Amino acid sequence: MATVELDDIHKRFGAEEVIKGVSLTVADGEFIVIVGPSGCGKSTLLRMVAGLETITSGELRINGLRANEKEPMDRDIAMVFQNYALYPHMSVAQNMGYGLKIAGLPRDAIAAKVAEAAKLLQLKDLLDRKPRQLSGGQRQRVAMGRAIVRDPAVFLFDEPLSNLDAKLRVQMRLEIRQLQADLGTTALYVTHDQVEAMTMADRMIVMNAGRAEQIGTPLDVYERPSTLFAAQFIGSPAMNVLPAEGGADGLRVAEMVLPNPAAITGPVMVGLRPEHLYPDPEGPIGLRVRLAEPLGANTLLHGTLASGEAFTASLAGVHGIGQGGTMLRLSVAPENIHLFDAASGRRLG
Amino acid sequence: MEKRVTFRGWFLPLCLIAPQIVISAVFFFFPAGQAVWQSLFIPDPFGLSSQFVGLGNFKYLLGDPYYRASFVTTAIFSTLVTLASMIPALFLAVLADRLVKSAGVYRTLLIWPYAVAPAVAGVLWMFMFNTRVGVVAWYLGQLGYDWNHVLDGTEAMGLVVVASSWGRISYNFLFFFAALQAVPRSIIEAAAIDGARFWRRFFTIVLPLLSPTTFFLLVVNIVYAFFETFGVIHTITAGGPQQATTILVYKVFSDGFVGQDLGSSAAQSVILLGVVGLLTVLQFKYIEKRVHY
Amino acid sequence: MATEITGMVQRRGAGLWLTHLAMIAGVLVIFFPIWLAFVASTVTQPEIVRPPMPLWPGDQLIENYTAALFSGVNVPVLTMLGNSLVMAVGIAVGKIVISLTSAFAIVYFRFPGRNLFFWLIFLTLMLPVEVRIVPTYEVIAGFGMLNSYSGLIFPLIASATATFLFRQFYLTVPDELAEAARVDGARPMRFFWDILLPMSRTNIAALFVILFIYGWNQFLWPLLITTDPSMNTIVMGIKQMFPSGDDLANWPVIMATSILAMIPPVVVVVSMQKLFIRGLVDSEK
Repeated sequence: MATVELDDIHKRFGAEEVIKGVSLTVADGEFIVIVGPSGCGKSTLLRMVAGLETITSGELRINGLRANEKEPMDRDIAMVFQNYALYPHMSVAQNMGYGLKIAGLPRDAIAAKVAEAAKLLQLKDLLDRKPRQLSGGQRQRVAMGRAIVRDPAVFLFDEPLSNLDAKLRVQMRLEIRQLQADLGTTALYVTHDQVEAMTMADRMIVMNAGRAEQIGTPLDVYERPSTLFAAQFIGSPAMNVLPAEGGADGLRVAEMVLPNPAAITGPVMVGLRPEHLYPDPEGPIGLRVRLAEPLGANTLLHGTLASGEAFTASLAGVHGIGQGGTMLRLSVAPENIHLFDAASGRRLG
Repeated sequence: MEKRVTFRGWFLPLCLIAPQIVISAVFFFFPAGQAVWQSLFIPDPFGLSSQFVGLGNFKYLLGDPYYRASFVTTAIFSTLVTLASMIPALFLAVLADRLVKSAGVYRTLLIWPYAVAPAVAGVLWMFMFNTRVGVVAWYLGQLGYDWNHVLDGTEAMGLVVVASSWGRISYNFLFFFAALQAVPRSIIEAAAIDGARFWRRFFTIVLPLLSPTTFFLLVVNIVYAFFETFGVIHTITAGGPQQATTILVYKVFSDGFVGQDLGSSAAQSVILLGVVGLLTVLQFKYIEKRVHY
Repeated sequence: MATEITGMVQRRGAGLWLTHLAMIAGVLVIFFPIWLAFVASTVTQPEIVRPPMPLWPGDQLIENYTAALFSGVNVPVLTMLGNSLVMAVGIAVGKIVISLTSAFAIVYFRFPGRNLFFWLIFLTLMLPVEVRIVPTYEVIAGFGMLNSYSGLIFPLIASATATFLFRQFYLTVPDELAEAARVDGARPMRFFWDILLPMSRTNIAALFVILFIYGWNQFLWPLLITTDPSMNTIVMGIKQMFPSGDDLANWPVIMATSILAMIPPVVVVVSMQKLFIRGLVDSEK
């Protein structure tokens, strides 16, 4: 239905540049998640696509046509807001049909479209209620419904699930993804939650300080993070990062020596995902466990290395800690060792 | 505080704001400017020409014993009105606050006088104290007190103060009552556990907590006494006897419309303007303070 | 435990009754002037003139009120009531309308002169009409607006309290609502009508109550500019009913008029008590 292209988009608020050149091509029907910590510019980027913020420089194309100067209503987009932004004095049906009413559709056509969307979202019995009479999840659905009835070319989601409780969030995550797949509508979805990003995205764009750190499929980003930031932001618990020195005999991390998969010399940063560690009595890593968090299927072990640095491992099965902290020896497969340039943070090898 | 998002365009907003700007310009800024301008002139008795006197009107006013007396009268009047309307209101509010269930009924009854126009309030009180037919004046006479506010300046002042404060008690009551209801119950309970009795609790805990409201009402009541009591004074005493109740606003009116001394009246307006400005600054200090609370 | 503390804080028994007693005494004192006016409006002139007048209503209620309403002293009170109604409603509606739109312009637009206009409006907060009375009178006279409704209404609309109230309210409306409306295709005026105005309903109603009473109770301004008795408002008209010199005032009719003058604002305040208190607190902030 629609493609979206961002071509070196910049945004400046006064002297401060908050988006420092982002380029992205979204294919028709693709679900793109923009993820990053608060203040990274992800919402601003989405709002520029929506037409709620002006674009300082660069070009935005929707379906191949320049959209920089278009009003939001002329961009063929629909948006779901973080706080839902439902009109408090209008019923659910009126909220959903407001855009159509403004577009001048006849009343029965509006009613038909609203009914159809309501059926899809299980809102049929709530159409006459006011937003304040609805639960958080129901409001979320109405906001979705308002986006759907307009049958837009692009859906824009601005952290739509952040006001819901954890359980509902998991459920709505699935629903949104399914709905989007059924409708085949291109979607841009902003979140700070890396789990949402991993589970929902066709491709994700990891943002930090106004730049796109990495654009790729979730697995791509997980397996081959292109920067230290992306590596630490995606994955839970976060990746362990240790300074190391590459040499002929391997990577020297404090007193430990790890395999050196890319045969790199000089100072580097070594990244080890907690879930890639496994117990090995001969292993190079010695972890003094301070705290164990048994999650059932696996156990998170938090502790320190001999050099004093904090370190976390996630091991399958159940592990306890003994008196005064257990010493555990761990190992990691060479293919699971990530190396980053110590200065720039870029991936090596 | 600003909106993140705004609509584009400049023509529409100008159209939207135009009515208020035009009305303010014609009926506010122009007359206010006129007042300042006129205060620099003395018109001849026939109003045909006027002579520029610079600050002469002001100089004359400040030397005028009548004007100085009016300042003193205003100070006494507004102090008395503020006290006479705030203290009973606070007392009633404290009582009402203790009657949780029936407080609403008393509140409904007590807000009546607020709706009564100051001028009408003046008529009601004048009727009660009228030297010929007034019931209260008659009963005072029976007790051996010869009430006559038409001749006695002190009695006249007393009457306009009471009549001006009467409706204001309702207003102050509403604010004090709301403030008392907002005092956290737990603080009172903590003080009660500490062994403080009711009046001690009131003076050491409750009253300090009410201080923002009290300060706000002080300013608002002074402004009221300065400007909105015109109707009371005009109906009861018309400024008399011997100018005993001629407050500043009343003098602007009587010099300007009755005495036709436009220059002096305008100069008085300008002085009042300064007084209002001062009170407004005070009010803003208060708002600022409350923001930091 | 909790009930014991409540017992310490709230009086019971004798103390409670004393409080009620004091409260009732307060209410009676406050009500006495109104009661006396009501009594006076139900008795004959001779009963009043021969002090002490009775403290209990007489049987002349219908006669006195009919006399006041349909003949009055200078002009039938009915006419004055009508004038007061036009003035009060005119001021309330006029002020609300211009404030709604100008606050909308100030909050939702960025246009040249916005700050200047904001400060100009802000300045009008500071000057009650009483202070600029003489030149304002001259302006009205110059426009030939003496003895007219527009002359009664316009100068009292020129103040910013309502504009500030609406500005404060608009600022609390979430940004996302305006954005959602934009995405829905609403142009500014559409957003104003469909979203902002319906959301302001309570504020508008509360402000209407306050402004209605403000307008109804005006005294000095109508006194100056309505020289024609048929344009008098009731609040100022009462004063005109007193004879000049030593003649005896027609007390029963004057008191009936006083009661009639306070009925509309009292009804508004008491019946819309919640809105009124809210309006009062909001507009003083």
